[in-house]
Amino acid sequence: MPDVHTHEEDPHDSAYAGLLVNDAHHWAFGTDFEDPLAGVDTTVPDGVDPAVLAAYCLMLGDDALVLSQRISEWCSRAPDLEEDIALANIALDLLGQARLLLARAAAADPAAVPALPEGSPVPDEDRLAFFRDDTAFRNVRLAEVPNGDFAETITRLLLFSTWRLALFERLAGSRDAVVAAVAAKGAKELAYHRDFAARWFVTLAQGTDESRRRALDALGALWPLWPELFETHGVERAAAEAGVGVDPASVAAEVDVVLEQVLAASAVERPEARPLAGAHGWKGRDGVHTEALGGMLAEMQSVARAHPRGQW
Amino acid sequence: MTSAVDEARLQAQFEATVAHKDRIEPRDWMPEAYRKTVVRQVAQHAHSEIIGMQPEGDWIGRAPSLRRKAILLAKVQDEAGHGLYLYSATETLGVSRDELTERLITGAQKYSSIFNYPTLSYADVGTIGWLVDGAAICNQVPLCRTSYGPYGRAMIRICKEESFHQRQGYELLMTMMRGTDEQRAMVQESVDRFWWPSLMMFGPPDDASPNTAQSMAWGIKTHTNDELRQRFVDMTVPQAVALWVTLPDPELRWNEERGAHDFGQPDWDEFWSVVKGDGPCNAQRIAHRKKAWDDGAWVREAAMAFADKQSSQSEEATA
Repeated sequence: MPDVHTHEEDPHDSAYAGLLVNDAHHWAFGTDFEDPLAGVDTTVPDGVDPAVLAAYCLMLGDDALVLSQRISEWCSRAPDLEEDIALANIALDLLGQARLLLARAAAADPAAVPALPEGSPVPDEDRLAFFRDDTAFRNVRLAEVPNGDFAETITRLLLFSTWRLALFERLAGSRDAVVAAVAAKGAKELAYHRDFAARWFVTLAQGTDESRRRALDALGALWPLWPELFETHGVERAAAEAGVGVDPASVAAEVDVVLEQVLAASAVERPEARPLAGAHGWKGRDGVHTEALGGMLAEMQSVARAHPRGQW
Repeated sequence: MTSAVDEARLQAQFEATVAHKDRIEPRDWMPEAYRKTVVRQVAQHAHSEIIGMQPEGDWIGRAPSLRRKAILLAKVQDEAGHGLYLYSATETLGVSRDELTERLITGAQKYSSIFNYPTLSYADVGTIGWLVDGAAICNQVPLCRTSYGPYGRAMIRICKEESFHQRQGYELLMTMMRGTDEQRAMVQESVDRFWWPSLMMFGPPDDASPNTAQSMAWGIKTHTNDELRQRFVDMTVPQAVALWVTLPDPELRWNEERGAHDFGQPDWDEFWSVVKGDGPCNAQRIAHRKKAWDDGAWVREAAMAFADKQSSQSEEATA
């Protein structure tokens, strides 16, 4: 390699000046990995079982992580540039929620974090995201099924964000300060996601014959996954009783009112469809998923798992 | 109708504006050939942003940390945003985004050939940020002063974001170089693959670049291809040294007399064959874009139909 020589500075070179300077505030996302909970009091509130809090945060975090991964598959494939940008925003918001919730789970209960070889620099949030198998993921199955067409993506987002917004509005009052803060910030994001999805759902339902047919098909295909969102898992019940979580059954009526408004504006009836069975009754919250999750995780985890001592 | 005398006066005003390095604005008179050249260049740039989403976007699903996934998703989203502003700049010249998208997917208009090379490892995400975005910045920073106003203003914003992308790419490579031996090897392999195509991004040598002289006279281009290529090499070498990677050019050395680096020539036959459509990913990139556009047709139609229904309803309501 030659020695280092540079030209005299032309003022128009300034866009690349500073590349070799470590001035952290000029770098989006920082210059290095930073604990997203740095400086936050992560003490588990009195009377709360840390394992319950961690398992509950994994459920909420996995919902966001898995749906973010799915939505980001739209990148460069959306019907127009505006939708490409909007879907990327939504995926980024959900990814941000997931990072905080996985980090919260790890801080509450270090035993929840997969072990890696001695000296591995992989941070906790990434151990949880990339080194757990599908049976350890606790997301609802609605989050993991493939995107389908744009109508199915919009319909899933409508259902998911309407439900999650209702949960987050209540979680803003969680006894766990971290969950409360994540929920308060996340509720603003979810309100936008719900608005985006609802506007598109009405547009598709009232647009052309084809778009209406696709919107109805999408709702019919996803409807069997909807009841699972309101079933109370033991961890959710325990987290709700401890004042850190919300029993999803308790938001069902409120969510129904919101969804009814969108369906009415779309002149769409609720589909007749039975709930999707679990295997022996076990569903997403139990770690028993559809076939789609394993394939999705195989892709998502492939590079990280090939380099368990890698630094990124 | 403008008379020949008027036309000569307008032409003189136009040339004076360009000579003063003032901006030409959408409502100003401009020679038809200038309009066409600006449309061609801005459209090609917009297409490059949109096609450029693919090679990196392919790694969003496999990003090896959640932080890197967020960085990459945000970067690819920025590229969509750049495409959007640039298509808006061409709309000020009377050409719609739909029309330009058709020209892209039928192959009537080109995009930067660099995106016809594949991304084969996560290190490529960093190398594209460092070298490809770095080369793009060298090309684009002078364009902030380009004569066509809407293009120049779009470029100011784009350059700021591109420089973030370049730093993030370089930071990824730096981090990987501090990692395992396998990661260091991935970085070097990636730099070896992208170095020459990056040099090609400045276009053919000046003596083989037929459009350069006219574009410079009009203030659309402000530096020649070889000038910009030299600037890029001189900037990149110290960065490669700091990164501990080797640039794969045995002729690369500092020339004290010129105060600049001497370096080898890329394979220009390969360049022309990729430009003409025979690169490793030309067909794939266009097929991907065409599929997204075709698959989205029913959605765009639905949005139009819905908007029409809404506006006819509101007309009825006010009638």
